Amino acid sequence: MQESILDQITSTALPHGKRPILETRSMSLQFGRQVILKDISVKVNKGETIAIIGESGCGKTMFLKALVGLLSPTSGSVVFDGHDIQKLDDQEMTNLRKRFGFVFQNAALFDSMTISQNIAFPLRQHGVPKGKTAQNLISERLAEVGLPSNVLPKRPSQLSGGMRKRVGLARALILEPDLLLYDEPTTGLDPIMSDVINELMMRTRKRYPVTSIIVTHDMHSARKVADRIIMLYPYTRLEHGESQILFDGPPSALESTKDRRVSQFVKGEAGERLMEMLASRSKGPADTFGRVDPNHDDGMDEE
Amino acid sequence: MATDPFPNMDSPQSRLLSSLHRFASVWGTVVIDGVSTVGDISIFGWQMVLWMFRAKPKRETLMPNFYAVGVLSLPVVALTGTFIGMVLAIQSYHQFKNIGMETFLGAVINMSLVRELGPVLAATMLAGRVGSAMAAVLGTMRVTEQIDALISMGANPIHYLVVPRFLACVLLIPALTIMADFMGIVGGYFYSVIVFGIDHAQYLRNSREFVGSFDLFTGVFKSIFFGATIAVVSCYRGFHCQAGAEGVGRAATAAFVQSFVMILLLDIVLNIFLDAVYFAIWPTGAKLF
Ligand SMILES: Nc1ncnc2c1ncn2[C@@H]1O[C@H](COP(=O)(O)OP(=O)(O)OP(=O)(O)O)[C@@H](O)[C@H]1O
Ligand SMILES: [Mg+2]
Repeated sequence: MQESILDQITSTALPHGKRPILETRSMSLQFGRQVILKDISVKVNKGETIAIIGESGCGKTMFLKALVGLLSPTSGSVVFDGHDIQKLDDQEMTNLRKRFGFVFQNAALFDSMTISQNIAFPLRQHGVPKGKTAQNLISERLAEVGLPSNVLPKRPSQLSGGMRKRVGLARALILEPDLLLYDEPTTGLDPIMSDVINELMMRTRKRYPVTSIIVTHDMHSARKVADRIIMLYPYTRLEHGESQILFDGPPSALESTKDRRVSQFVKGEAGERLMEMLASRSKGPADTFGRVDPNHDDGMDEE
Repeated sequence: MATDPFPNMDSPQSRLLSSLHRFASVWGTVVIDGVSTVGDISIFGWQMVLWMFRAKPKRETLMPNFYAVGVLSLPVVALTGTFIGMVLAIQSYHQFKNIGMETFLGAVINMSLVRELGPVLAATMLAGRVGSAMAAVLGTMRVTEQIDALISMGANPIHYLVVPRFLACVLLIPALTIMADFMGIVGGYFYSVIVFGIDHAQYLRNSREFVGSFDLFTGVFKSIFFGATIAVVSCYRGFHCQAGAEGVGRAATAAFVQSFVMILLLDIVLNIFLDAVYFAIWPTGAKLF
């Protein structure tokens, strides 16, 4: 594509501070024949906090995983701080991973380890930063996520879902990475704890210039924490030729958006989706959403 | 849905053709899947070999696996070994007694145990006890994104998860095999000498004359290949687990079934090979009488 060549020229010409720290260049991702992401081009500047919103199953988790090389894009590329991450060898990639922190949707703690071993895992892989001790770092992070120190010798299976999530957060934060990816950090937490996590994300950002990408369904949290919001839409539901990114801008611009799909998502209104789902249900166990015949109007009042 | 290439014709020929077509497409898929799985497993095994030499395995990953394979599997291997030894004695005693050669029972029992039953039994027990557990554990780690978490923190999952399991299986299955052999010999001796009353000096002498160290070596040598197969197949199944509890269950079952089939296949191949070696060294072979 012409655009990506232009991007490459400008990105090398720009002074270092202005160069996006992370960039996807018309990245696509497929599972077999199923297209999840198509031609996604996003630039993330250093220090930005981005919230990614979008309905369940639209590919947010896949997007995050592709950013740090957990999934390889079917086409296009991901560039982090000037490195095309697919072109790196194992060693270079391992070194780069020191600079990433990933908070998984369901924490993904290692069952075979205690909580303290879990939090210390990145330290064991990459070494303890100078002038600190592992023990100090662990208790510091644990306090940050609001957990008592008596959880340290426990196993992940002995904690509640919300507690596990916070341990996952502590683990991702321990090396103070340059890029933090949060996959639904507040889902499944009580409102108070959600706000603690929001505060934590903002405090981390104040402490050092971290770049964060937060996948969330929590619009309150997205508005509060993010400088920029990106809304993804399921590829299969797009009109022909549309971009999968329906919205990309500051939270304040959400109110003035013309796209009904965005405003409905933000306000949490099902709108015509409800009709579609009812219609597809009355047709029997319908395959997937989005394959609904628009002229199909019988059967709404069955049952 | 399979598309029928001859939808509107129902002459016998076209029906035959269409059923041939279906036959070919079904079996074609099976063959392609099979070949690509074997290829995938080979690549997986090769990556594991590379990682075995690229970096030293971590002690904390080795110990739990060595414990699971070496210590926790020992009782069940010992128990089944004993039973198999006794069963062999019971099965063969009457035939041998009929031709008046019950003192040779030891030779036959111990030979079968050391060459064949000991290693295969130990491997089967390992595949059932450890192999399917490995597939379930790794499968759960895959499904709950723990493998992704490992990668994202700069650990290589093959190095961190597969190499220690492989080493545990390969290094400790000889010990399990010898345990199965030993307990089988004890069980066979117990039944033949204590229960059937065969003369114990003759029983032992015949065994000692007939079963040599090459036979013991054969069994142990084969077992190393069995251990390697179990580890690679089970870890592969775990890594390629489908989502959900059902996926994990299927991975565990597939790990056992596929390693068991592979063990038997390898057993044939290795026996042919070892026989050739044996006759190259001792052209006359061993004689029972
Ligand atoms: N291993 C896989 N094989 C095939 N398809 C997959 C696989 N993993 C995910 N998908 C598909 O990819 C799509 C995107 O999944 P993803 O997990 O990124 O959704 P999400 O936006 O994170 O949803 P949620 O908000 O529910 O977490 C889904 O439609 C899912 O069906
Ligand atoms: Mg998700």
